[in-house]
Amino acid sequence: MSEKFRLDKVGYINKNKKISFKFNGKKYFGYKGDTLASALLANGVHLIGRSFKYHRPRGFIGAGVEESNAHVQLYSGAKTEPNAMATTVELVEGLVAKSQNCFPSVSFDLGAINNFLSKFFPAGFYYKTFMWPKSFWYKIYEPVIRKAAGLGVAPLKPDPERYEHKYEYCDILIAGSGPSGLASALAAAKNGARVILAEDKPRFGGSLLTDEVTIGNKKGKDWADETIEQLKSMPNVIVKNRSQVFGYYDHNMTVMLERTKDHIENPSEYTPRQRLWYIRAKEVIISTGSIERPLVFGNNDRPGIMLASAAKEYMKVYGVLVGKKPIIFTNNDSGYDTAIDFKKNGVDPLVLDIRSNSEGSVVKEAKNLNIDIKFSYGVVNAIGYRKVNSALIGKLNDKKSGYESLESINCDCICVSGNWTPTVHLSSQSGNKLKFDEKINAFIPNQPRQNESTIGSANGLFTLKSTLEEGFKKGYDLSKKITDKDLKIPVPMSNERSYGKQDKFWCMPLPKNKQYKRCVDFQNDVYVSDIELAVREGFRSIEHVKRYTTLGMATDQGRTSNLNGLQLVSNIEKKIVPEVGHTTFRPPYTPVTIGAIVGREVGKYYRPTRKSPMHNWHENNNAVFVDAGLWLRPRYYKQDNETLAEAAKREATNVRNNVGICDVTSLGKIDIKGPDSAEFLNRIYTNAWKKLPIGKARYGVMLREDGIVFDDGTTTRISENHYHMTTTTAQAVNVLSHLEYYLQVVWPELNVNVLSITEQWAGVAVAGPNSRNLLKKLFPDTDVSKEGIPFMGFKEADLFGVPARIFRISFSGELAYELNVESGYGIFMWEKIMELGKEMNIEPYGTEALSTLRIEMGHVAGSEIDGRVIASDLSLDGMLSKKKDFIGKRSLKRKAFLNPEREKIVGVVPLDKKTMIPEGSHLVSDNNAKLPNPKLGHISASCWSVEYNNPFSLAILKDGKKKIGEKLFALAPLKNQSIPVKIVSSHYVDPKGERVRS
Amino acid sequence: MLEIKCPYCGKRSQNEFSYGGDATVKRPDLEKEVSDKEWDDFLYYRKNPRGEHSELWHHVAGCRQWFKVLRSTITHEIFKTVKMNEEL
Repeated sequence: MSEKFRLDKVGYINKNKKISFKFNGKKYFGYKGDTLASALLANGVHLIGRSFKYHRPRGFIGAGVEESNAHVQLYSGAKTEPNAMATTVELVEGLVAKSQNCFPSVSFDLGAINNFLSKFFPAGFYYKTFMWPKSFWYKIYEPVIRKAAGLGVAPLKPDPERYEHKYEYCDILIAGSGPSGLASALAAAKNGARVILAEDKPRFGGSLLTDEVTIGNKKGKDWADETIEQLKSMPNVIVKNRSQVFGYYDHNMTVMLERTKDHIENPSEYTPRQRLWYIRAKEVIISTGSIERPLVFGNNDRPGIMLASAAKEYMKVYGVLVGKKPIIFTNNDSGYDTAIDFKKNGVDPLVLDIRSNSEGSVVKEAKNLNIDIKFSYGVVNAIGYRKVNSALIGKLNDKKSGYESLESINCDCICVSGNWTPTVHLSSQSGNKLKFDEKINAFIPNQPRQNESTIGSANGLFTLKSTLEEGFKKGYDLSKKITDKDLKIPVPMSNERSYGKQDKFWCMPLPKNKQYKRCVDFQNDVYVSDIELAVREGFRSIEHVKRYTTLGMATDQGRTSNLNGLQLVSNIEKKIVPEVGHTTFRPPYTPVTIGAIVGREVGKYYRPTRKSPMHNWHENNNAVFVDAGLWLRPRYYKQDNETLAEAAKREATNVRNNVGICDVTSLGKIDIKGPDSAEFLNRIYTNAWKKLPIGKARYGVMLREDGIVFDDGTTTRISENHYHMTTTTAQAVNVLSHLEYYLQVVWPELNVNVLSITEQWAGVAVAGPNSRNLLKKLFPDTDVSKEGIPFMGFKEADLFGVPARIFRISFSGELAYELNVESGYGIFMWEKIMELGKEMNIEPYGTEALSTLRIEMGHVAGSEIDGRVIASDLSLDGMLSKKKDFIGKRSLKRKAFLNPEREKIVGVVPLDKKTMIPEGSHLVSDNNAKLPNPKLGHISASCWSVEYNNPFSLAILKDGKKKIGEKLFALAPLKNQSIPVKIVSSHYVDPKGERVRS
Repeated sequence: MLEIKCPYCGKRSQNEFSYGGDATVKRPDLEKEVSDKEWDDFLYYRKNPRGEHSELWHHVAGCRQWFKVLRSTITHEIFKTVKMNEEL
């Protein structure tokens, strides 16, 4: 299809590079430098999508991020992107786009019946209608509404693209490269400041791309191009196009999204799709410009009706005529720019001006070009369902309350100009309370809360001269403050058209007996009648009107609709706009892909993975790993077709009968040094530490100040003032912070240093009746006898030339040792143990067997120390010193903690001695009781006891100690299980602890 | 994201720090008789000021030092940061 609407010698696109793309299955051509929107318009395609709620046909309203209609779905499968603004999608070969929110097609959409039923779907319709019965909402109403109303479809597959994050610091960040942004960037950069200049569009220059102006005797665009080249050549400047500063956060942190891939024809494999910049700037200059406001009249949302500034941009940047029989409908002079451009490109526009006259030079220029201008006229209603084909226009009466005459005029597009709204979103996000400027009839920034300055038309300045002056001054002033340099460059001369006074009138009245729909918020399908209804129903606060009607919500954030909505409410309420106030602007200013926010932290990169020095050995020996916090730990070492339960049983049995080895590197290890270490431990732990001899370890329990058990572990006295603390894997990080807190904040007088050495030492547990024999072979020169290293003893020894630490501590309940060597020797130690243990049938065991061993011994772990229990609940009363104070001791006097019926730890065995009790099962006395069945306790951990060859569980049970011997039921409703059980002691195996001491 | 000046390392982004609560809370001395109310006040009761708040921060992903910060709970402005042994 040929491009009927493309101009020959106009625009900044590359006519030598033709590009083919598909829209709704049909093939079209455009050029390099086009957006999807400009290419479609060049082909005469205006119907792009259907509106959110009523499925009304919609076309383009803008030419950039202000677009609130033309959202499309790009590509398909994992790469698909919903809600892409056709006006910002750059054309690349093979681009595939389709309309959204329509079925079966955009030109024939069944959902459009909503439009004819719109009387039944006013504002607040959902709130009023779908309330009863309650159960209908999830099953019936919600899915139907979801399907009927909505935007694009989210991809169902993981995003295959790569997104990166970047942190940057600078003196001055400038958002927007229009005349004011360029001026301030140049002034600041010349004065030595480190500057980042960010432009959302592919082309720099902002309004200079389309305005008939000169700066320093050059065309505006040429000056912009030269300034950019100059900035790019400076080492203290970063210049970025396709980069939207979308959020302004605390302490002058802004976030910018850079589009790095989608516009490239053949990107390399590793090109990230987007890059998210976190920029902390000393000063932020907001030069984000302004957005034209639509005028509101009957059916003003028809395809073919767009902002005059957008029509101008399509002409001047892309060489595209949005129509050949245009009506320019305006209440100010800037619409005339567009009229003149049409005329100069051989198209005769009709200008309808609400005002009775204007003195601006631009109007004179238009008159001199013999452009047809009708003053006091406006568009009353647009006609043409899928695209506007004519307009009902009217001569307004003096009060502008009705019409003196009405007539119908043929047209193929209507370009509306309702004045300019400064883009104050970033200023507002930074905490600037905006003020209303009567002169321009819009909000502009007031007092900045952070180091932020808004300049140019974003600050309500609409002449080039004032904009440039402000830009140069701001760039110089701010840079001087930062760099203390004083290099000032002169403001170049500029030339521009003069513009007369605007009219504030923007909403055309309805002719008698006509009920045309007049659209205020295009994206959210909010009409004049909806806002009138909301006010009539008593919504007064603009924030309430917003939520009731959805005005200014969603991805559009009211870019085109906000002020018109406010003006309407103030008109109805007979207030002035500043009294009505404005709603809060929230980041992001434009939609941001979730992938960009997540960055590279996806899948296994979501968080770091910690591996022990013996990890490769485990991998090579069929270990199946389990996440333990950040650590990967072997859960079991799979042999043949074993299940997890079978492997755990085999590994645990081998520990009980022979000897096993387990990687315990992940246990937290904290080095404690200093003359007050013993005193410190005495305060941190609940038991006594001052008399621990050198070369001995002790088990300790830590509480939180509120009396709840925090962590447990052993600490060994290595020398006079040197201790080695172990913590659980899960709490290692928290314990260190806890110790640092008490040493630095609470008791700074204690002379103690703590340091995490978890990663410096590789650790293994060697457990089982044969472990001492194995140790004899590992340390032939060291006395490892019962007397040489008694229970809880510690020794430093030589492991074939490697310094090692031997701790005689046991988690498995067997005779056991933990050996530590420096991490680099971890694999040497592991392999040596495997080699020398071979004749004793040594086998590695994983966390599952480890759990089995500790559960049947009744040793508590994370599943019991769950942040709800106190020491006595875990039968650790004996650990609580009565002679000294310690962290959390005072809390133990709290009434609830003294209740004798508190839940206590017990053992649980199923009566049939066969059924494994699911962890988390509730213990009840009557399995047929009326619901809710009173819960007596819960199963915290379950295993298959290798000692007794039947299932065994630990439980936390109300008044548990008194219930030993009783029969209860373990209920697991999710598994539909009800298991009769018997309560026993939690110390199921070796209750006197003879083995560990053997 | 706040920018916090660690008294030892200088200005760093908030994601290097963890928050440690009200800096004015004093733990009752060890071995001292403490009434239920005093203990409750220490454990649970905190002022929730609108405006200046002195609080503790821990440079967990840095030098691992605890320090004091004077921050506005309205604007997040940080007026001052000092070492533990200094006064805000």
